[in-house]
Amino acid sequence: MSRARKPWLLPLSLLLGLLLGLLPLPDAVVPLRPYWLALVLAYWLLEDHGRIGLGGVFALGLFADLAYGTLLGEQALRLSAMFFILQRFRAQMRFYPMPQQALAIGGLLLNDLILATVVDFAFGIPPRPWLAWLSPLVGAVLWPMLFVALDAVRIGRRR
Amino acid sequence: MPPYAGPPVARSDDIAGTLRLLACIVLAIGLMVLDHQAQWLKTVRGYAELLVEPLWEVAGMPARLGRTVREDAATLGRLTDENDALRNALLVERARNARLQAAAAENARLRGLLGAAEQGGLDVQLAPILDIALDPNRQRLTLDIGSAAGVREGQAVIDAGGLIGQVTRVRHSSAEVLLLTDPSHAVPVAVSRNGIRLVVYGRGDHLELANIPMSADVKVGDLIVTSGLGERFPPGFPVGTVARLQPDASRTFLIAVLTPAAQLDRGRDVLLLRGRQATAAAAVPAPGTAGDTPPGAGPPAVPRTAPAEPAP
Repeated sequence: MSRARKPWLLPLSLLLGLLLGLLPLPDAVVPLRPYWLALVLAYWLLEDHGRIGLGGVFALGLFADLAYGTLLGEQALRLSAMFFILQRFRAQMRFYPMPQQALAIGGLLLNDLILATVVDFAFGIPPRPWLAWLSPLVGAVLWPMLFVALDAVRIGRRR
Repeated sequence: MPPYAGPPVARSDDIAGTLRLLACIVLAIGLMVLDHQAQWLKTVRGYAELLVEPLWEVAGMPARLGRTVREDAATLGRLTDENDALRNALLVERARNARLQAAAAENARLRGLLGAAEQGGLDVQLAPILDIALDPNRQRLTLDIGSAAGVREGQAVIDAGGLIGQVTRVRHSSAEVLLLTDPSHAVPVAVSRNGIRLVVYGRGDHLELANIPMSADVKVGDLIVTSGLGERFPPGFPVGTVARLQPDASRTFLIAVLTPAAQLDRGRDVLLLRGRQATAAAAVPAPGTAGDTPPGAGPPAVPRTAPAEPAP
């Protein structure tokens, strides 16, 4: 119903997610930075299913690889995996209460991190600092805020 | 059938999704391997990164903005401080400059005095003015040096422009100068153009040439110099220029009003003439002799005018 009301919001929010991941931060905080792009993507996959498919996610991942300077295909792989999992559990997750949903997102991000670490290991890239393992938690804490904010912009005055 | 209608469809969806995922994974892994191993993909990637460069620019903007703002604030603070300091310095410098200008003006006056002294090869002594009295009946200067510095009565006093007056009284460390314009002062003079001898009298606020014969060749603008008669003043010092000519009360003589050559009312220093005063000092009382003798003795004393003329 409200699907086509603000068509610019999806690309804009994804771009914002990309930018948030690139934003220079103090070195001490950098490992804690959540995977913003995945958070935004998760919102869209959960709330406005169908606007972005596996191909789109894969392309977005490639673009993110270029932007972040990671191995070409790494984020494409990670986001594709996330897409697959979210599609599987979308029906359940949509109706979770917010804390549980945040927890599930945290798990999703943790899984993503494991996947990234595996990829890093496979290609002999130095492992992430241990502090990075807290970033899924940060992501989970930020999830409700992101969700509410995006919902407010997307649905607007209807609420 | 209905109970089984759902799952198989879902399962085929699942299978298709899984297959697509697998394809993606394979593609991604293939890309990663290529990116890791093959060089040609690196160059492709280099070009592709041109695409995302604006993104980096945008991401860097907040930090740059923050840095700029911080630097600007620091700069502003520093500039404000600097501005205050400079303002103060400017005030101090202005005050100093004003004093320097006064000093420069004084310097110029002194140079003028020295120039006057050097041109004539004169032996002079610089004397600061201590006090002045300029009412019409009493035109005097008090100098800051006296007999202790070698000042003697009867010395002629000049400045850069010309004659000012003469020393009439000497104390230990001060001396009194009778100005040309004092009513009791008279100077034997000559018109520098043709040597006509006359006497200049002080009239309080101006100088006057009195008793000029109607036939005498005196014109407005003539330079009047000391004639040296009476031995009181050395010859050749400018006294003034003729500003106005008018007949006197008897209508048999002309009276000329002079503009003084010296700056009687300006400056803080004057020059005392030395040298010939050693002999002239014998003739006292000063104002009386200077005023009285020349008018009577002037006209007949023809030979004495000769040395007066070449001087200017």
